Amino acid sequence: MRTPLFDSHVAAGGRMVDFAGWEMPVQYSGILAEHKAVREAVGIFDISHMGEFFVSGPGSAAWLDSLLTNNVASLPDGTAQYSLLLNERGGVIDDLIVYRLGAEKFLLIVNASMIEEDAAWMNDRLAGGVTFENASAGFAALAIQGPLAGGVFERLFGREMPAERNRILQIGSDFVVTTGYTGESGFEWLMPAGEASSAWRRALDAGAKPCGLGARDTLRLEMCYPLNGSDLSPNHTPLEAGLGYFVDLNKPDFIGKAALASQKADGVPSRLCALRVTEKAPPIRPHYPVWIDGEPVTETTSGALSPSLGDGIALAYLPAGYSKPGQEVEIEVRGRRFRACVRKKPLYQKEA
Amino acid sequence: MNVPETLRYAESHEWILVEGDTGTVGITDHAQAELTDIVFAEPPPVGRKLAAGEVAAVVESVKAASDIYSPVSGEVIARNADVEADPALLNTDPFGAGWIYKIRLSNPGEVAALKDPAAYSAQIGA
Repeated sequence: MRTPLFDSHVAAGGRMVDFAGWEMPVQYSGILAEHKAVREAVGIFDISHMGEFFVSGPGSAAWLDSLLTNNVASLPDGTAQYSLLLNERGGVIDDLIVYRLGAEKFLLIVNASMIEEDAAWMNDRLAGGVTFENASAGFAALAIQGPLAGGVFERLFGREMPAERNRILQIGSDFVVTTGYTGESGFEWLMPAGEASSAWRRALDAGAKPCGLGARDTLRLEMCYPLNGSDLSPNHTPLEAGLGYFVDLNKPDFIGKAALASQKADGVPSRLCALRVTEKAPPIRPHYPVWIDGEPVTETTSGALSPSLGDGIALAYLPAGYSKPGQEVEIEVRGRRFRACVRKKPLYQKEA
Repeated sequence: MNVPETLRYAESHEWILVEGDTGTVGITDHAQAELTDIVFAEPPPVGRKLAAGEVAAVVESVKAASDIYSPVSGEVIARNADVEADPALLNTDPFGAGWIYKIRLSNPGEVAALKDPAAYSAQIGA
C-alpha cells in the first residue's frame, strides 16, 4: 500500500521500504542527520499509514471505557490521552491515542499494522448508542516535531501552537494535535487524504526537514516509547511494559482489568527495562540475547545505536528481580557478549 | 558514482587494489551510499586466513549490519584501526582512508575472476 505522499517521498530522495504492508521512507538524507534535525531543529514524518477511527453517540465514552485501560470519561473535550486495548489476559492488542473531539465524539489513532485487527475487535463488541467508523483510508497525517516546530505551526496556521501537550484544534476538516513520538515539542496534523501533498509542501517550505521511519525509531527508542509488535505484545501486560500510569484500575470493568488487578496484587514477573551499553560495542538490534549472571535470560525487543548518546541502547523484558536501574547485564552480538546496564527511563533527556 | 580505474571489484561491492602479492580491500562508493551512516566497523585480525568469498569483516549502519566478503584468498597482514575508531571514514573516503584490511594473496589467479571497472559500473548502473 502507498500513502498519498508516496510520490513526494520519492521526489525528496526517500528510500522506500516495506513497513506493515506499506511502502514507507526509511530515510532521505540519512538517519543520523534526520535524527539530529528533530532533536535540534524540526523534522516532518508521514504518518498517513496509521489508522483513524471515529466513535460517536451517547454511549461512546462508556463503551471506550469498557475496552481501553485509561479513563475516557474524565478526558476533557479538546484533549488527548494515551491508552491501551487489551485482551482478556491483560495482554496488549494495541496502543493508541484517544482524542476527545466533543462530549460524544472521539477520534482514535492506532498503529498501521493493527488497523484491521483493532477495527474487528471493536466492531465485534459494539454497544448500543455507539457509531464506530474506520476512516483510515480517507485520512493522511503528518507529524512535525522538534524545538522549532512551533515556528512551522505559526507559518502554517497563522496562530501560536498551544503550549500544552495533548491539545486538539479543529481547523476546517483538519485536526491538529500537540502530540508526538519523539520526545520533542511539536504536533500531529490529520487531514483528508487529498490535501496531503500540498500540506507536505507547505510544511517543507516552512522549514521542516523530511524524516523517515529510521529516525522515528531511534528518536522514540531514546525516549523509551514502546513500539507495538516489538516492545508490546499480547503476551505482556501494560504493567510489565511500565505503562501502569495509563491504566485506571479504579474505573468500572474493562477487558483485561481482572488479569491486571491480580497481576498487580501478585507482582509482575518481568519488566520492560531500558538498557545502555557500557563498553565499545556494535549497534544493538532487536532479538539480541540478554545475559544475566552468565545465563541467557531474555532478548532485546528493540535496539539501536543512539545517535544522541553515541552508545547502543535497547529495551528488554527482564525478570522483575533484575530490573532495577544499575543492574548489570550483557548483550550478545554475533556470539560475543558486551556489558550493558539497566537505566532509568527515558534514556535520553534534553539538557535544561 | 565513483569507480576508480585502478581497482578490481567483487559483485558484493568490495574493491581490491593489487600491488605485487598484496591486496588492499575496502567497500565501494556505491556500497557506502547504499549503507549510509556507517557507525561500526570491525576489520579482521592480522594473521587470519581468508578464503575468497568468506566473511572478512562486518560494517553496520544505524539500520543494518552488513557482511564484507574477502574478494580473494590469503592471510590478513594489516587491519585499518582508523575505520574502527571512526567508521564514518567508510562513507567519506571509501577508496582511501576507509580501506579495511590488507591481504597477502595465496592465489593471485583469483584476481582475474573479479570485475574490471567497466563491468562493475555496468552492474551498479553507473
